[in-house]
Amino acid sequence: MMHSLSQATIEFLKLYWAPLLCGVAVVAILPLIVGYIVLVERKIMADMQARLGPMRVGPHGLLQPIADAVKLLIKEDIIPDNADKLVFWLAPVLSVGAALLSLAGLAVGPAFQIAQDINIGILFVVGVSAMGIFGIVLGGWASNSHYSLMGALRSSAQLVSYETAAGMALVSALLFTGTLNIKSIVEAQSKEGIWFVLLAPVAFFTYLVASIAETNRAPFDLPEAESELVAGYMTEFSGFRWSLYFLAEYTNMIVVASVATTLFLGGWLRPFAGVARLNVLDFVPPLLMLAIGAYCVLRAPKQPTRVQQMFMLAVAGLCFLLGLVLVAPVIVPVAKPLYAGIHGAFWFIFKVSAYIYLFMWLRFTLPRYRFDQLMRLGWHFLIPLSIINVLLVGVALIAGAYFHLQGWGLLLVTTPAAVIALVAALFILAAEKQRDARQGQIAASDFYAG
Amino acid sequence: MLDKVLFYFFAGIAVASAALMVTRRNVVHSAIFLITALLATAGIFLQLRAEFLFIVQIILYVGGIMVLFVFVIMLVNLDVALQQIQFARQKWVALLIALALAGQVGLMFWSSGKMPGQGLPVLTAAAAGRLPLNSEAVAKSLFESYLLPFEIASVLLLVAMIGAVVMAKNRT
Repeated sequence: MMHSLSQATIEFLKLYWAPLLCGVAVVAILPLIVGYIVLVERKIMADMQARLGPMRVGPHGLLQPIADAVKLLIKEDIIPDNADKLVFWLAPVLSVGAALLSLAGLAVGPAFQIAQDINIGILFVVGVSAMGIFGIVLGGWASNSHYSLMGALRSSAQLVSYETAAGMALVSALLFTGTLNIKSIVEAQSKEGIWFVLLAPVAFFTYLVASIAETNRAPFDLPEAESELVAGYMTEFSGFRWSLYFLAEYTNMIVVASVATTLFLGGWLRPFAGVARLNVLDFVPPLLMLAIGAYCVLRAPKQPTRVQQMFMLAVAGLCFLLGLVLVAPVIVPVAKPLYAGIHGAFWFIFKVSAYIYLFMWLRFTLPRYRFDQLMRLGWHFLIPLSIINVLLVGVALIAGAYFHLQGWGLLLVTTPAAVIALVAALFILAAEKQRDARQGQIAASDFYAG
Repeated sequence: MLDKVLFYFFAGIAVASAALMVTRRNVVHSAIFLITALLATAGIFLQLRAEFLFIVQIILYVGGIMVLFVFVIMLVNLDVALQQIQFARQKWVALLIALALAGQVGLMFWSSGKMPGQGLPVLTAAAAGRLPLNSEAVAKSLFESYLLPFEIASVLLLVAMIGAVVMAKNRT
């Protein structure tokens, strides 16, 4: 009797409280992670521009995010006199709420997922994160400022234009899996033994471009183009509210990177997960940690003050500890059951980081688009490309089933499909351009260009 | 018990925000309340274990249609719209239609001779594993049982879309 009661209690706690606690933990940790992503971005930007970047707070600026957070929290919170106060208050919360909620559906490794095994997995993540646009639009409107409103309008036009292309890209990848469940999507890639980025390269490319546009990142950051619109929809926001927008933007980056990783890059799978001869790859994660730790130890004596040297050594110790955790499931037989969870989480985070690095790289390399160029790229190139691609991927799959192709063999039919789709889309784009040049008229979308 | 609490929570939000949406003078506030009502309806769908409907409600209505609504609202000059008396001529028509609708619902309950909620078949919740997966079930009924109506609806929407594009093009 007692036993069954305690079992029922545990069941109840598992069902209702475990996801809640995980959610609270994610919400608590995420601002820290986002702070460090910002730091990494500034460091990468500095590196690409031959500068040092933040160096003052902590060794190599490692404590800069904390200083920034404190600064933002104690800044004066200004609400413009003519602003719609309630909406002004609500907008950043909406933005950040949608972004955080969509994290619940993601699976970081086979073991870690807050909302376990939802049937609509990927749709949930995409749909809920798209709701964040209301935060931007309403925030821009509530500020009662022309710059803010213009930024908000640009943002909603951009999102609506690129949502279609992103959705079609998702559809062509989902054709391979036949399911929306995030875990099953990754398992399908493990079963095929090939990541969908190789089977559907055009869809991956479309999703990459559309996801940059949807997160309002450069080169598509027109809603906050500082040379034209001050800071776009964020112009009137200050202090904590402004930082909420920032939190939402970077969380959205994590979300789109995770969706791309799950769908195209094999989720938590190791490269060549099914090939037993390449099991030696399991030693890559601990060795990577060891290398980073060793580098920190080497750099420690060069730090100017004693505190900074100690801090550097502490970071090295943390890396060594992570390396130990990663190596344990491979070497020690007792820890073997933990292998999938720990290494899965490592590879997932590694791939998400690589995707975000690609975002940053593009941001520092490409100049910002003009608004009519952005609309042309979206409507005249990406949408036709993604629609043609869905059709051709379907045809390729039928052909693959006809010839009994599987795994790497599917490349025989999907590669021609991708090439045909690209050629057709480029042909459409060229035809449109020619027609526009003949008519000599400005694109209608120039209206929003401000 | 939890089910009931959740249902009344979502239903209450839906009804209250729908009422607020009609009564607000500010169009953007109305739009926000409409979004809230749609989200609450999505919550009820989720409670019925119709996950696919839940997410379609969010993606299509909240993420698609409402974004366009808000976009259009921001393009119109709100100051002028606020000064006009809205819906003045439709008051009596609206009242008539509302009364007719209420009469219809009342007639339904009266003819069945039961109070709302009484005498309805009580559906027991099936175990989660025994239900067919929701998106698969929706797909089966759309593409197997109701293929023709589905296709007709798609063609209708396509025609409407092309018509809108043609009309927008001709005006310039």
